[in-house]
Order: sequence, then C-alpha cells, then structure tokens
Amino acid sequence: MQLSQDELKRAYRRMYMIRTFEERVVKESEQGNIPGFAHVYLGQEASAVGVCHDLTDEDYIGSTHRGHGHCIAKGVDVRGMMLEIMAKADGLCGGKGGSMHIADLKKGMLGANAIVGGAPPIAVGAALTQKYLKTGRVAVAFTGDGASNQGTVFEALNMAVVLKVPAIFVFENNGYGEHTHVSYACGAPSIAERVRGFGLPCEVADGMDFFAVHEAMRRALEHARGGNGPYALELISHRFLGHFIGDPQAYRLPHELEAARAQDPIPKFRRRVVDAGLLQDADLDLIEREVEAEVEAAVQAGLAAPPPDPAKSLTTDVYKTYA
Amino acid sequence: MPKKTYLQAINEAVRSEMKRDPRVIVIGEDVAGGQGGSGEPGGVGSVFGQMKGIYGEFGPERVIDTPISESAIIGAAAGAALTGLRPVAELMFVDFVGVCFDQIYNQAAKFRYMFGGHATTPMVIRTAAGAGFRGAAQHSQTLHPLFTMVPGLKVVMPANPYDAKGLLIEAIRDDDPVIFVESKFLYGMEGEVPDESYRVPFGEANVLREGEDLTIVAFGAMVPRALQVANALAKEGVDCEVIDPRTTSPLDQQTILESVERTGRLVVVDESPPRCSLAADVASIVAEQGFRLLRAPIRKVTCPHTPVPFAPQLEDAYMPSPARIEEAVRATVGFN
Ligand SMILES: Cc1ncc(C[n+]2csc(CCOP(=O)(O)OP(=O)(O)O)c2C)c(N)n1
Ligand SMILES: [Mg+2]
Repeated sequence: MQLSQDELKRAYRRMYMIRTFEERVVKESEQGNIPGFAHVYLGQEASAVGVCHDLTDEDYIGSTHRGHGHCIAKGVDVRGMMLEIMAKADGLCGGKGGSMHIADLKKGMLGANAIVGGAPPIAVGAALTQKYLKTGRVAVAFTGDGASNQGTVFEALNMAVVLKVPAIFVFENNGYGEHTHVSYACGAPSIAERVRGFGLPCEVADGMDFFAVHEAMRRALEHARGGNGPYALELISHRFLGHFIGDPQAYRLPHELEAARAQDPIPKFRRRVVDAGLLQDADLDLIEREVEAEVEAAVQAGLAAPPPDPAKSLTTDVYKTYA
Repeated sequence: MPKKTYLQAINEAVRSEMKRDPRVIVIGEDVAGGQGGSGEPGGVGSVFGQMKGIYGEFGPERVIDTPISESAIIGAAAGAALTGLRPVAELMFVDFVGVCFDQIYNQAAKFRYMFGGHATTPMVIRTAAGAGFRGAAQHSQTLHPLFTMVPGLKVVMPANPYDAKGLLIEAIRDDDPVIFVESKFLYGMEGEVPDESYRVPFGEANVLREGEDLTIVAFGAMVPRALQVANALAKEGVDCEVIDPRTTSPLDQQTILESVERTGRLVVVDESPPRCSLAADVASIVAEQGFRLLRAPIRKVTCPHTPVPFAPQLEDAYMPSPARIEEAVRATVGFN
C-alpha cells in the first residue's frame, strides 16, 4: 500500500528519532548521566516504527526491557522519556520507574517491562477490554526471541486464541536473548512455526525493513480489528550493540555484527523512498536536523531538571492514597 | 589465608563441590553463555560472573544453559533433585521468582512432607538480591522473607566471603531445597577464604562484635553497615553487639535471645519492606520469648512499604542507611 509523503516523513522521523535518542542514551550513560542499566534498541528501529505506524493512541502496546524504541514509535514524548531515564522528578514516571519501566498510558503505552515475558498476558487483558467494550482497538505485545520461550508467553498465546481477542503478538527475533542464540534456546524450527501451533496466524517479515514490517502489520490489524482473534508476527532483526551498554559480546563475532550493520534500516528506507521519487534527500535531511535538535533539547532539559525529593514522593503512589 | 572476593568464594564453592560429587550440576540462564552464537560458548559464566570458568572445566553436560524459562529451570532442578542429582540452579535475579514460585513453593518445598518423608530434594537455588544499583522495581528486591515463611525451604544469606563459600558448600550437601541469596552489594567484598573445602553450618549465627549495651541483628548486605555503625558508636562509648544470623531458616534464635538477655536492647536491620520482614520476625520472637529481658522497645530499621524506586535519591532514602541505623541505636540506648 502506498503511503503518503506525510506518512513516510513520520516513519522516517520516528526511526531517526529512535536512532538519535538511543545513541545519546549510550553516550549519556557512559558519561554517568543515566543511573542503572539501559538496553538500547539500535538497529531495530524499523520493527517498532513499522508495527506502530497505523496504531492510534487508543491502541495499546506492551513492551520489554528494550523499550525506548517502542515508546518513541508509539508517540511517547522524548523529553519525558529522557527525564525518566535520567531519574528526574518530571520524568514520565516521576523518576520511580526508569528505562525499564517507562509507561505512558495516555499514549497507549502499557510499560516497558523488566520481567522477560511479562507483557504478553497483560496485552491479552488489554485486548479483552477492547473486545468487551467493542472499541475496535487492538493490543500489541512486543516479545523478544529469548522471551518467546517463557511460559507466560505460551499461556498468553493460547488464551488469546481461546478468548478470540484482538491481540497482536510481535516477536522481535534479534538472534540473541542476552548471550544465548535463538537457535539454541528455541527448540522448534522457528518461533513462527511454534506460534502457529497455538492456532493463530504468524507471518515472518524482515524486521530491518520498515515497509515489510508495515505491510505485515497491516494484515495483522485487519485480522484483529475484523474480530478474527489474535495474530502474530516474527520480525527478523539485529541489535547493533550488546545486550546492555558495555556488553563485550564475546558470544558474537565481528563478521556477524558487520553483516547486521549492512542491513541498517535507516539508510535502507532513505534509499528506497528517494530512489522511488517519493521524498527528496533534502526532506529527510531536514527531519534529521529537527530530530537532533529535539533530542539535544531533551538531554539538556534532563541534565538541568531536579531529581525527585524523597520527602515528597518516596512513599506516594503505592496505593491510590497512601496511608 | 588467601584473600578472595565474595564472588570468587561462590565460584570456588561450586567448583569444589562439582569436583567432589559428579551428581552436582549447574543449570540456568547464561551460566555458560554463548550457546548457539557465532563466538565460543562459556565466556559469560552468569551475568555477574559467579560461574565464570566452570563451563570450561566441567563442560556442557554439567553446566547447562537454558532458555529463558524460569518455571522449567526451577521445576527441572526440583525434578532432577528428587530423582538423584544435586542441581545448583541459578535464578538470575531474585525478582524473577515471581515467574516460577509454584515450583519452589508448592513443589520442591513440600515434597518431603507431602510424600510422608519419603522424598529428598537436594537442590540449591542461587540468586542475586538487593537494591542500591538503580535497577528499579523489578531488579532490586530482596524477597528473603517470602522464602523464609515457606516450611520446607532453607534460606541462606551470606554476609562475607568466608561464609559465602562455607554456606554454599553446606547448601549443596544439604538434602533439602536451599535458597542461597547472594547479595549483589557484596560481590566485590574481600575477605580471607581458605583454598580448601569447608562447611559453615546452617542455624549458627555469627557474632561479629560483642557488646553490652545493645544488640543489633542484621542480615546479608546490612551486616557490614550495622558493623560500621557499631564501630563508630563504640568510640562514643556505646557498646553494640552485632549478630549476623547467616541463615533466616533455620534461624539461630538462641544466640539472639542470649544476647538480648545481656543487653536488654534490640535493633533489627533488614533490607525489606517492614511488614512480615525478618525484622518483624526477629522482633516478634524476642517480644514473645524475651519480654522480660527488654529494657526498651525493639526498633526495626527496614525499607518503607513501597516497591524499590529507580531514582538514586529515592533509592538511597529507601535503603536502611547507616544514618538510620545509628538513629535507631541512639534512640534505643537512650530509652528509659
Ligand atoms: C523473568 C526474567 N528472566 C530473565 C531476565 C533477565 N533478562 C533480561 S533481558 C534478557 C534477554 C531477553 O532476550 P530477548 O527476549 O531476546 O530480548 P532482547 O534483549 O534481545 O531484546 C534476560 C534473560 C529477566 N529480566 N526476567
Ligand atoms: Mg533477542
């Protein structure tokens, strides 16, 4: 399906935003401006952006520990994200959550998740709400290849089929769960084949190609919104860095990494739209400058922002009113 | 005696038990690392390096990397233990117990009793616990109270490298399921650790400092903090006894009660939310069995009743700090 110029620009903006944001997260983390550990989404931009492209704020996504890309693709404010990752009082979660727990319910973002396999059952519940309230909306669960082996995921897949809810399971297969390859950890010939065994369709698509992801997701949405129950995608992708910032990656040889980088989704997108005459290089360059400025502003705001005050917020939000 | 870290002590304990007993296996996520990847397997040795080099020494049959499937990891360890192996399973962070608690709580812990004493489940679950790393709500908990309240489990909280090795060897040789709670905070702690194998028995507290004015009972990472406060206050003439129970189940109640009999004052330091914590448990034991020994109300120094926050300022306020321990000691000593 042909996307409009505005839509193409939006997709490029989001992919480039993820790239710029994550590169900056790496830098700020190395400089000690980001507490704790962050898992970045570099390399996988096309997956999140392709999946979220046709979602509205009323559709839900459940994310993973590698969640910044999902947030940005869903339209979450990067300033609020950066403040949260930098543990500031005005971060999206008041500095209580951090990188692995960013959530923005107004944007339909049900949270990054530091428990591997935590999101799919929650997405089934969010999809149940949509079915019950007849909203016509869907819930998407992002799940890694490693997480795909978790019992919670199997239970969620089965129950989504049984309850026939509009859930879309997106398996982002970037080859590794921490330091273990999917070929070792997944006993089935492929994730998709195993998923199909649960009784729902599962398409395999090139997660490094925005257009391939978007096309597959279009079919998933048609299926789920049409009341036909859940749908799944397996997106073949690569993470450009290690599991966490500073991971020495002894388990992955350089040639593999080079091959992955050759598939960089961002120049791939640019070549494709420019060669087809859909957008000009100048359009994309302008987007890049705007994105860079926005990320720079978010970082500066984050660095300047005050941290949370324990006297004010340590014991709030445990319950609706803390007693 | 050679100096080693807490981390090395754990590694040595597992190695020496694997050498001694071919039924001992290691199972968990990335305990070797690199399986199926383009590089060599075995380069990871657990995420904090606790099992470093063990794959190289014992190979894939005895150092088993698993999918990310905690229910199956812990359940398989229970099943293997029930049928003749002695698994040392790794639960990467204790927080992940939420995924697999049934296999611990309804299965492994209950086999012996439910089966009329005919079952033996010699398994160890090693797991990393504790806050202070900005790991936020799902990577920073302690959760030892959760395990301690389960009949059938033994729960070990080593607070120094010597104990880490001796308690882990004891855990591996124990015929019941043992939760071995490793403190992330203490992995780098150095201390004297003998090269040879030795055991530290369960249920025997370590008295780190004798004192006459007040008893401090502390667990795991809180032990060095309590000792630091006691040493500082000693200069002012406040003489604290510091007790590390080493295991929360079994708990050495006698050492605690005998100490309170001398001091009449008790502060319990526990890195947990306060309700149903070890601090609450020890306080209730002393209140019930040592009511007449007390000359002041028992003070608990714990975390607040909240999840672990991410921001450093919040997390530092969450933790039982030396300042809060000191405040509790002063208030208790000053009580008339
Ligand atoms: C229940 C649980 N088990 C283990 C972990 C530790 N852990 C965090 S991320 C991760 C790997 C996940 O791999 P994958 O699902 O492929 O996602 P990716 O990191 O590749 O995005 C593991 C094992 C966890 N956070 N939660
Ligand atoms: Mg992966």
